[in-house]
Amino acid sequence: MSEPVPAQPTWPDDIYRALKAAGVQQVCHVPDAGHARLIKSCEADNAMQTVTLTTEEEGVAMVCGAHLGGQRGVLLVQSSGVGNCINMLSLPSTCRMPFMMIVTMRGEYGEFNPWQNAMGLATEAVLTAMQVVCYRCDRPEDVGPTVANAARFTFEGGRPVAILLSQRLIGAKAFVNE
Amino acid sequence: MPSSAPTSSAAKPGLHRRPLVARLLEGRDDRLLVITGLGTPTYDAAAAGDDPRTFFLWGAMGGATMMGLGLALAQPDKRVLVLAGDGEMLMSVGSLATVAMKRPANLAVVVLDNEHFGETGMQPTPTHAGVDLAGMAAAAGWAKTLTARTEDDVAGLVEAARTTPGPVFAVAKILAEKLPFVLPPKDGAYLKDRFRQAVLGTV
Repeated sequence: MSEPVPAQPTWPDDIYRALKAAGVQQVCHVPDAGHARLIKSCEADNAMQTVTLTTEEEGVAMVCGAHLGGQRGVLLVQSSGVGNCINMLSLPSTCRMPFMMIVTMRGEYGEFNPWQNAMGLATEAVLTAMQVVCYRCDRPEDVGPTVANAARFTFEGGRPVAILLSQRLIGAKAFVNE
Repeated sequence: MPSSAPTSSAAKPGLHRRPLVARLLEGRDDRLLVITGLGTPTYDAAAAGDDPRTFFLWGAMGGATMMGLGLALAQPDKRVLVLAGDGEMLMSVGSLATVAMKRPANLAVVVLDNEHFGETGMQPTPTHAGVDLAGMAAAAGWAKTLTARTEDDVAGLVEAARTTPGPVFAVAKILAEKLPFVLPPKDGAYLKDRFRQAVLGTV
């Protein structure tokens, strides 16, 4: 009771504002705790369609379909889900389509669960190998500007981009019973 | 159901894919947007006639239905028709759940089901062993599902694909026939640009 409640980080709100400013209208995700606040904001926005996916590569194809129809989309995933996307990333790459994904990182700074390490540590290499440009965020104040500039990079330049929200930024997941 | 026991040939899928796809696309106007899954569905749609409002996939297996969802959400006043093979659809069965949750009324998926991986040596797919894709879509909650097996079913299939409020999921049981390749353009950036030019008036 006497423990001070830690302040909620507000960088998810910065992401939401940057997505709005970029005109993003389709938001698809496989949920991650690090994206929970952002997902809530998007779901409360009638100008955004949010879609919960069964697997992350669905979102790559969906965002590309949105582009064919003249709308901007974004895919929200955890680093483990990047591995599921690999071949589907050939779609935006081959077609020179804008494509943006925002990745909450696991398997790095302070990770408790070793099963997250393999994909977490390979995430940036895998994305780079698939010609997705990666912008990494370690500090809260960098998040909003990074999303805004990544959006400009991909929607104006037609090259896939990923924003990696590091575990140092998000905080390692705690495994404690409440 | 016929009263006599079906012969082995009658029990097998019977529709010819090329004339069937031509029927599905017949008289199309600028309201119809088409995405074809990789492999023979892409060649079938090309054989029916090239069109800038057809986006031909040559890869990205398993992505056709979800591309259709993103397109359908972006263009709610257009009809979006996805033509997919059974292998393509089986790779993306999770999208049956995803689409069912959004229930886009303007999306139809037609699976051209020859019960084989036609591009790779005609290996049987799970539908050959009886896996019922339309049943899976119905269980997921798609608004309209059907399986077309004979010529008598084709008119209903075309109506479902083109006009019935969706999401529509239709399986067409087709012959496992090897047909001449009819190859559409395969430059993805070109296909994307001409599609957007036709639909949006800008690349």
